[in-house]
Amino acid sequence: MDLTLRPDELAFQAEARAWLSANVPTTPLPSMDTEAGFRAHQEWEARLAEARWSVVSWPEELGGRGASLVEWVVFEEEYYRAGAPGRVSQNGIFLLAPIIFDHGTPEQQQRFLPSMASGEKIWAQAWSEPEAGSDLASLTSTARRDEARGGWVLNGQKTWSSRAAYADWGFGLFRSDPQAQRHSGLTYFLFPLDAEGVTVRPIAQLDGEPGFAEIFLSDVFVPDADVLGAPGDGWRVAMSTAGNERGLSLRSPGRFCAAADRLVDLWREHGDAVPSAGHGVVDAWVRAQAYRLYTWGTVTRLAGGGEMGAAGSVNKVFWSELDIALHETALDLLGPGSEVGSRWLDGYLFSLSGPIYAGTNEIQRNIVAERILGLPREPKGAGR
Amino acid sequence: MRFVPTSEQEDFTASLGRLLAGADSVGAARSWAQGDHAAGLDLWRRLAEQGVHALLVPEEHGGMGATPVELVLALELVGRHAVPGPWVESVAYLPVALGSGPVVEALAEGGLGTVALAPHVPYALDADLAEHRYVVVDGALHGAEVGEQHTSVDGTRRLFSVTPTGTGQDTGQDTGLGTGDLDRAFDTAVLACAAQLLGAGERLLDDAVAYVKQRRQFGREIGSYQAIKHQLADVRIALDFARPLVHGAALADPATFGRDASAAKLAAADAAYLAARVALQVHGAVGYTLELDLSLWITKVRALVAAWGTTAYHRDRVLAALVAEREQRTEVAG
Repeated sequence: MDLTLRPDELAFQAEARAWLSANVPTTPLPSMDTEAGFRAHQEWEARLAEARWSVVSWPEELGGRGASLVEWVVFEEEYYRAGAPGRVSQNGIFLLAPIIFDHGTPEQQQRFLPSMASGEKIWAQAWSEPEAGSDLASLTSTARRDEARGGWVLNGQKTWSSRAAYADWGFGLFRSDPQAQRHSGLTYFLFPLDAEGVTVRPIAQLDGEPGFAEIFLSDVFVPDADVLGAPGDGWRVAMSTAGNERGLSLRSPGRFCAAADRLVDLWREHGDAVPSAGHGVVDAWVRAQAYRLYTWGTVTRLAGGGEMGAAGSVNKVFWSELDIALHETALDLLGPGSEVGSRWLDGYLFSLSGPIYAGTNEIQRNIVAERILGLPREPKGAGR
Repeated sequence: MRFVPTSEQEDFTASLGRLLAGADSVGAARSWAQGDHAAGLDLWRRLAEQGVHALLVPEEHGGMGATPVELVLALELVGRHAVPGPWVESVAYLPVALGSGPVVEALAEGGLGTVALAPHVPYALDADLAEHRYVVVDGALHGAEVGEQHTSVDGTRRLFSVTPTGTGQDTGQDTGLGTGDLDRAFDTAVLACAAQLLGAGERLLDDAVAYVKQRRQFGREIGSYQAIKHQLADVRIALDFARPLVHGAALADPATFGRDASAAKLAAADAAYLAARVALQVHGAVGYTLELDLSLWITKVRALVAAWGTTAYHRDRVLAALVAEREQRTEVAG
C-alpha cells in the first residue's frame, strides 16, 4: 500500500502547476450562469484547450494528453489549488464524452469531441421532465420514426437542464417505442438547441441567475447520424453517464481539498470571533481528506480493471453533504455579514443543489442499501 | 500510487480472519468479562503465533519490523471479532514507547502489557493480568503497581488504577525502561484504537443488515423500508470514508502522523458510533439486551470513542495542526 507518485507523475504535476500559476485569471470570472460570465468561461476553456489542459485524459489526437486516472486526479488537485474557474464545459466533457467514446461512431467522435474539448460548443443535458425526476424511466417525451427523411421527430418537454440557457447542443433520452414500458424503448439523442422546433426557457435558480432551463421540443427533426448508440438501447447507454456523473468524474477531490484549505485560512482570520465554528472546520477538512484518500483507493481499483458500480452512490452522498457542511461552516465564520454576496455564499448556494442533482441522495441511499448491503427492494408502487 | 492492500497484506488479513472466524471470540469475550481468562488468553496466544504482537517490533529485537499498515489491518479484525485483552497497549503503545529491551521482546512473543497515561488513558486495561505494567507521569514512563478496579460500560474492558513504582524513564534516555518515543507511541495507539473502532463498526453493520433481512413486520422484511435502508446506507458510507483515513494515517510522514492519526480516530469513532446507534435502533428491543451478542460491540464502541483521546481532544489537535501548517506555508510563500 502506498500513496506516492512516480517520477513521471510528479513531472506531470509540476508542469500543470507551472502552467496554472502563470495562466489562472487573478480575479474570479463572473458567474457562468450570466451571459457575460458564460462567454468568459468559454474563453477560459479555449485557453485551457490551446495548452492541452482542457481534457487531459482524452487521447492526444482529440485534444487531450492521454493522461492516466492518477494523472487526472493530480491535475484536478492542481486545478482547484490554483483557484482556477469552474468548468462551463463540464456536462459535455465529463458526462457526455465518456458515452461518445464508448457508444459513438468514429464519425460522431470526430464531429463532436474536438469542439467540446475547445469549449466552442457547450452541451446541456436533457434528462428530467416535469413528471419524470427521480423516476426517470417514466419519461414521456417521444421520438417518432421518419423513414422518408432518415431520422426521428422529437416532441415533449425537458427541464432542469443545466447550462441550457446559453448552450449549443442538448443530449437526452426520448421514448422511441410507444408500446415499450419504462426502461425499454428509449433512445439517446443529440440535438442542437437552435434547431427548428426547439424553445429554451431559462429558469432563475436560487441565486437569481438562469443556471438551468426548460427545453420544449415541437416536431424537432434529428437525423440518424445524431442518435447515440442503437435505437431502443438508450437506457443502457445513458446509465453509463449516470455512473460517471455520480462517481469519479464530476467531483474530483481537488475542489474540496482546496476549499477546506481556504476554510482553515478563514478560521485563522475569523476564528477568534466565532470559536464554536472550530470543530466544523476540522470536520470539513477531515472529510475532504477522507474523500481524497477514498478517491485514491477508487483510482487504484479502476486502474486494476475494477468498476465503479454502486460505489458511485456512496461517493455522491458523501461529497454532496461535505460540500454543504464546508460552506455552512464558512458562513458561520463570516457571521452576521455572511448574507452579503461573497465567493463563499456563491459556493454555498451551489452546494445546496448537490444532494438533488445527479440522482437525489434518497435514490443514492436506496442504491447503496439494495446493491451494496443487499437489502430487499421495496414492493413496486401502483404506478410502476 | 497503489492505495489498496498488497497481496501479502491481503493474505495476512485473510489468514487472521479465518483464525478468528473459527474461534469463539464472543465466548472468550463473555468469559473474560466474568474474570475467566482461559479462552481469551488462548486466542491471544494463537494470534501471537501469527505475529500480530510482533508487528511493530524491529526485527533485531525479535519482531516482524512491519509497518503501521499491517497493524491497522490486524486491529480492525480484533475489533470486528471483539477479541478481549489489552491490544492497543501491548501491540501499539508499548513496543513504540519502549523501543528495545527484554520487555519489547517479551511483548513480541505475546506477553501482556498495559499502560495508563492521564488524562487520555486514566486506567490501565487488564492490569491484574498483564505481566508488563506501566504508567506515564509527567511525560516519563514508569513501572506501575495495580490499584482499585473500575467497571467499564464494556464489560470486557477491565480497568484498574495504577501508581508509579521506582524511577521513571526520561524521554530519550536509557534508564532500563527503553529508548522509545512516547509521542509516536501515543499516536500509534490512537491509530490502533481507530482501527479497532472501524472493525467494530463493520460488525455492527453486518449484524444489523442480517437482522433487517429476516425480521418481518407489516407483512414484509423491515429492510425493505426506506426508513431502515437509509440509516444503514449512512453507516456504510461513514465506514467507507473512515477506512481510507485509517490507512492513510498508517502511511503518513512523521511530520503529519499525529494529525492524521487524530483525524482517523475522529472519523472511525463517528462512523462506529453511528453504526452502534443504528444497529441498536433497527434491532428494536432485542438489541437492548445483554444476551444478544450485539451488546458486546455497542458497549465497546462507546468505551473506545472516548479511549486514547476524546473526539473533542482530537478535533482540537487537528485544528491546531492545520492552523500551524497554513501559517508556515504563508510564511514560506511570503
